[in-house]
Amino acid sequence: MADVTLRKVVKKYDDVEAVRGIDLDIADHEFVVLVGPSGCGKSTTLRMIAGLEDITGGDIMIGGDVVNDVPPKDRDIAMVFQNYALYPHMTVAENMSFGLRLKRYPKAEIKSRIDEAARMLDIVELVDRKPKQLSGGQRQRVAMGRAIVRNPKVFLFDEPLSNLDAKLRVQMRIEIKKVHQKVRTTTVYVTHDQVEAMTLADRVVVMNHGRIEQIGTPNELYHKPATKFVASFIGSPAMNFIPCRLEESGGKLHVRITDRIAFPLPPARAARYQGASRTDRLLLGLRPEHITEAKAHPEPGVESFDAVLDVTEPMGMETLIYFALEGAQICGRVNPNAGAQDGAPLRLAVDLNNMHLLNEGTGAVI
Amino acid sequence: MSTVAIDKAAPTRTVKYGSMSRDRTWALRWSYFFLTLFAIFSLLPPIYMLITSLKSSAEISAATNPWWVFHPTLDNYIGLLTSNQFLRFFWNSALVSIFVVTITMLISVPAAFALARMRFWGSATLATGVFLTYLIPDSLLFIPLFKVFALFGDWTGIQLINRWYVLLLIYPTLTVPFCTWIMIGYFASIPKELDEAAIIDGASWFQTLTRIFIPVALPGLIAATIFAFTVSWAQFLYPLVFTTSTDQLVLPVGIITTLIKGDVFNWGQIMTGALLGAAPPLIIYAFLMDYYIAGLTAGATKG
Repeated sequence: MADVTLRKVVKKYDDVEAVRGIDLDIADHEFVVLVGPSGCGKSTTLRMIAGLEDITGGDIMIGGDVVNDVPPKDRDIAMVFQNYALYPHMTVAENMSFGLRLKRYPKAEIKSRIDEAARMLDIVELVDRKPKQLSGGQRQRVAMGRAIVRNPKVFLFDEPLSNLDAKLRVQMRIEIKKVHQKVRTTTVYVTHDQVEAMTLADRVVVMNHGRIEQIGTPNELYHKPATKFVASFIGSPAMNFIPCRLEESGGKLHVRITDRIAFPLPPARAARYQGASRTDRLLLGLRPEHITEAKAHPEPGVESFDAVLDVTEPMGMETLIYFALEGAQICGRVNPNAGAQDGAPLRLAVDLNNMHLLNEGTGAVI
Repeated sequence: MSTVAIDKAAPTRTVKYGSMSRDRTWALRWSYFFLTLFAIFSLLPPIYMLITSLKSSAEISAATNPWWVFHPTLDNYIGLLTSNQFLRFFWNSALVSIFVVTITMLISVPAAFALARMRFWGSATLATGVFLTYLIPDSLLFIPLFKVFALFGDWTGIQLINRWYVLLLIYPTLTVPFCTWIMIGYFASIPKELDEAAIIDGASWFQTLTRIFIPVALPGLIAATIFAFTVSWAQFLYPLVFTTSTDQLVLPVGIITTLIKGDVFNWGQIMTGALLGAAPPLIIYAFLMDYYIAGLTAGATKG
């Protein structure tokens, strides 16, 4: 058990900067997920923590000790790989005990650790099998078992669920969370899947182009994104961005979308955006669940307008609707009984209490 | 609602089923035809060897059907297998081959591991260089090599020429590059995460090689072993040049230097000797053929 600290960590491959000076503090017992699109530097960061990649600059500390030049085997970490990386010629038990046998642990100790991990992962009856005889999900469990028996300071996961089918992925996600609740080992987990990030993490680190865009709890990232990148990356379907301007009319601050559509801002929002520029091109950020069918008695801050729907997608518990506004395709979520139909007009409501306002040029959230 | 007219008499042409399997049948027939042709072509010499080895010298020189034995005899076999000289050749060949295989594996497996995995400056160039050395034919190399060993003998007083163990220094120049190349290919097909997992598990480079790479690459290792054995067992030019005394000769050279006396060819014994000499590789191939093929085709497809 240990905390992990990254200070101005840089990784360069020849001239390409894969990681551009990131700072990150991971507390003991914490489950941190690094998430971002491919090529954002998240895997490189993980591999630098593991010691599989040298760092070009900065410091990495595990349990307070700088480990920049410490080889992987002396960092007391365990890693789970995307392709499981099980030793194909060893049984499950041999796979799990390989590290312990190298360190010459007593046989009884090894056996009790394997038994415990196998019970925890529900693979007791598989311990004598070879990896070839296991399904993808079982292999992933064995890979986790191999990490658990080592009882390391830190667990590192490199996209461990990407090779599994969708159903199994959900199941293993829960499994990983359960394991972490039991062993409480500090965990750094890399994924490109924002749902995985949101569901697993104590804190999520959103990365883009080798930099950290934002660090926060899943709820913080969802409700208070710092940049347009985070706002669009977290959440599915993604947040809508509608070109708009701020304008003062009748002593109240309005957000104007088209010549015909302008919404007065609720008082709390108006106060927040009072200082914002009236001339800059802005984006109104609204999540799909805040664009719904208009109700007879709207709450304060909810404004309605008419739209002609392009496409509707009935999902069962809700219907996703798509329509165009100022050249942007907008997605909303309506009640399946709201009467949404392809090509038909519908009166919609936007919940401005949950709106975001972004600078179109910089992408910063105002 | 519009109705769609369905023409129930539409399929007027005769429908043919199983066109795929008919194509396949023809492909198979042609394959069998050419395979049979090839099998006959390559099996004729050994069959001729077998037939001739069972004949007496009188029957060989008599103008009878060369493809039939009228008076089969085991005299040639008995003669060779009771001759100390022939057994000596056999022993020399076995000794040389076993040592060469061991030396080759001890050098080429760690070399291949280093070249395939421990990325260091110039490793890619070096890997290509290893293969290039294999391309120089032995018929070009034997004269300079002879000169080198002769000079070495002059300077140090250690006589290597006309000793069977000189072959232990020479054969690896043929086997090491090729085996290294095979093993590089095989090691390269092992996913990188496997050695990373081993390194994180606490294995040193040497432990990664011995406990992960060698077991996983066993088919490739066996293929390389068979290759090294075949090369050293069948090598003719080098032993012909470097060994001359009959007690130092290996089998291929021994057969032709002792069984051809001037212009007298002892065909019965020559054929018997060649057949007996071909037996060990044959037996090894028969048992390890699957491994050999798996090893040579590694990396062609993943998995």
